Amino acid sequence: MKITAQLRPGYHCNSNTPSDDYLIPLRLSWTAAPLTVSGVVYPKAQLEKYAFSDKPLSVYTGDFEIVTKFKVPASAPPGLAVISGKLRYQACTDRMCLPPKTVDFSLPIDVR
Amino acid sequence: MKNLNLGFVAIAIISSFTFTGCSKTSHAAIKDQSNRKLAPDFSLKDATGKTVKLSDLRGNVVLLNFWATWCGPCQIEIPWFMDFQKEYKDRKFEVLGVSMDDDGWTSVKPYIAQRKINYPIVIGTEQTSTLYGGVEALPTTFLIDRSGRIAAMHMGLISKSEYKDEIVKLLDGDGGIIQEPVKSSSLFSTGGPALFFAN
Repeated sequence: MKITAQLRPGYHCNSNTPSDDYLIPLRLSWTAAPLTVSGVVYPKAQLEKYAFSDKPLSVYTGDFEIVTKFKVPASAPPGLAVISGKLRYQACTDRMCLPPKTVDFSLPIDVR
Repeated sequence: MKNLNLGFVAIAIISSFTFTGCSKTSHAAIKDQSNRKLAPDFSLKDATGKTVKLSDLRGNVVLLNFWATWCGPCQIEIPWFMDFQKEYKDRKFEVLGVSMDDDGWTSVKPYIAQRKINYPIVIGTEQTSTLYGGVEALPTTFLIDRSGRIAAMHMGLISKSEYKDEIVKLLDGDGGIIQEPVKSSSLFSTGGPALFFAN
């Protein structure tokens, strides 16, 4: 399943593997029962140089997609269910940063 | 094998984190004395556990800086503020840092030690942010005159020379006459920092 994020021009967010320990990574997490998450695939990050940093930072800009692979266990009960996810991100321009934010979302599923 | 039908799930997350905000920094000049409002008071503890009360600094020109350890532009300014603290200490000038790190001293204490920050740092709360109009963007920095009134506010990174010019102006005589503080019920009566997440 793909989640598409859009960042406004001028903004970037740290990638899932930021360049420095002090930076807050992009992180997608799931409460996926009855499914299991077999993998979250983040897009390839860009290395961008900003005025406030000595070295290029690993970031996302513009539109990007995060892909989640799910497995349906044999024990998963058939029928409708809801899975939920959280996307945590922290965005900046080249001059200021907005606080880290977590977006909660839920998705209906149908196990057959 | 069980199948999963996600076909009907609309990927409607797109709009949920379209970030909005102001991409320009606020470069307000020093306000006229008649237009300055009293800086909201607060008491917070510094890294040593000592209580720092903003109003106790009255009589000084104060640079009040909201920042966080995860904020790249904030990292640029901190050495400048350390320079100012050293250079102008004898002229009744103080820097006070308010960290907005969610994990508080866990991140901030090592940061202070590593960078040998020479001015007090306190951990800000939601209430502190609300007092100052809701500090959304970091760094946000206020210059407060000797009467405890806000003379300038900057949202985002500006240059060291701009800060220096404003500090010197306040130190040199536009620092505000010490008198009874002007009572104000609203710090930002015509709006303040306006940064929103459109979800």
